[in-house]
Amino acid sequence: MDFFPAALQLTAIFIFLTGVLSLAGLLTWVERKQSAVMQDRIGANRARVFGLRLFGLFHILADALKMLTKENFIPKNADKFLYQIAPVISIFFALIAFAAIPFGDVLQIGGYQIPLQGLDINVGLLYIFSMLSIGVYGVILAGFSSQSNYSFLGGLRASSQLISYEIAIGSSIIGLVMIYGTLNLNEMVRVQGRYFWGWLPAWGIVVQPAAFFLFLTAAIAETKRIPFDLPEGESEIVGYFLEYSGMRFGLFFLTDFLETILVAMLAATLFFGGWQVPGLAGDGFHFANAAWPLPSIAVTLLGVASFACKTVFFCWFLMTIRWTLPRFRYDQLMRLGWTMLFPLAMANIVVTGGVMLLLNR
Amino acid sequence: MATIQVQRKQLNFWERIYLPEIFRGLAITSGHFFRNLLFHGLRAFGLKQFRGAVTIQYPEEQRPLPLRSRTRHRLTQREDGSPRCVACMMCETVCPALCIYIVAKEVPDPDIEKAPASFDIDLGKCVYCGFCVEACPEDAIRMDTQILDIASYSREGMMYSMDDLLHPEKHANRILVDPKRP
Ligand code: SF4
Ligand code: SF4
Repeated sequence: MDFFPAALQLTAIFIFLTGVLSLAGLLTWVERKQSAVMQDRIGANRARVFGLRLFGLFHILADALKMLTKENFIPKNADKFLYQIAPVISIFFALIAFAAIPFGDVLQIGGYQIPLQGLDINVGLLYIFSMLSIGVYGVILAGFSSQSNYSFLGGLRASSQLISYEIAIGSSIIGLVMIYGTLNLNEMVRVQGRYFWGWLPAWGIVVQPAAFFLFLTAAIAETKRIPFDLPEGESEIVGYFLEYSGMRFGLFFLTDFLETILVAMLAATLFFGGWQVPGLAGDGFHFANAAWPLPSIAVTLLGVASFACKTVFFCWFLMTIRWTLPRFRYDQLMRLGWTMLFPLAMANIVVTGGVMLLLNR
Repeated sequence: MATIQVQRKQLNFWERIYLPEIFRGLAITSGHFFRNLLFHGLRAFGLKQFRGAVTIQYPEEQRPLPLRSRTRHRLTQREDGSPRCVACMMCETVCPALCIYIVAKEVPDPDIEKAPASFDIDLGKCVYCGFCVEACPEDAIRMDTQILDIASYSREGMMYSMDDLLHPEKHANRILVDPKRP
């Protein structure tokens, strides 16, 4: 491998990862401000640096400072090793799941081909879901090792909820995999570049609308946020991270936001054409009877921008859901997962298969 | 015993499958979101008649209190600045929290006869019942300073002396009523 393309790809990945982490930090601010605006409030705006308030943006820094300087409490009877490793497991697997997300088409610079993706593997989708599943260990271990009844309850709830919804999330996207015929995320996005009747982009939402709702529901449950925040259950059991303080708690907190971003990116990739822009082909815009040629590098960058916009949109959308719905009760949660999402996902697979057979591919 | 049968509303099919109701909820919340965002934007461009939030930013902005609300005490003054109080001990007697401490002294003026040598109120104990104001025959004590932010780091700090009570502006961040007003 040449030095130049490798360095370029590393730079691209670095920018992507920086973007993801800054977005995760920013989401703590977005969460406060968006909820405030939705509820006719103003929201956190008191943090000030040199008299500047910047709409409360400094609260991100204030939070980080607070987390870093707080006491890192370890309960006396806790399993020291597991207790300390649990948040790291949680955030580590949330972070490396991003490696398989294609954030742009292959970048062509001076004859080099630079894939805008950390890890171009042909089982990208499975990889992401398995990383999410292993991440659950962080949550379970946190609840288990704290030696606190409430943490333990939170951990129990987390494990049953996450395992149930993993099944729903996995079966909801099988219809897509059948249609796209691949598990490679970049291939999936490329397949979505086709058009029906020349104008309707063949995005996942068009070919599998039911799967989108199933996926989104199960995915929100995976992020452990309202309406599925029973593992955290701030108002009654205080959740698996009850005993955590300082930056260890901060890591769990950040994991939630990272998972939100991951879900947003997955929704964009699987159902909304990833880095595709409607009407944009490899050599520029094509509309019904007009064309606007663009250099290939501009097309790729437009794709990256489109992916970023879709991600930000879905982050906004997930936040809106989080601040709109009340929480499910535990039995309702389990019923929703096992008697609604899972059978519907199965029905979706059967119907997809039938339609594909009828249309004869 | 009479019983009341509460008719619980049965959810219809569309409500039971969640999705339409979720979209209705999302429409409401995002409607607020975009409307408020627009209003915040218009306000930032100088159109002050739009308000995207109902927040009152407390220490800087304060909500006007009704005039009859009971707020921090003050002692009214005579023309010469001395307290109107004649140390009759009515307020001290009526106070249910026993938080008024008056020491009386003699005054040569035969129309007044007595006056407080010291007049302390422990606002840490006060329950803001207003009985002291009701009991006073001289209109010497009032609770109309509109000062609500009464706080201190110690119990001693909650003791307000006669001087503080005669001049409520001394310890106050704001004062809406002129203490010299009769
Ligand atoms: S308001 Fe009530 S409790 Fe407070 S000093 Fe007056 S009488 Fe006592
Ligand atoms: S009731 Fe009035 S006049 Fe009598 S001691 Fe109290 S404040 Fe003074």
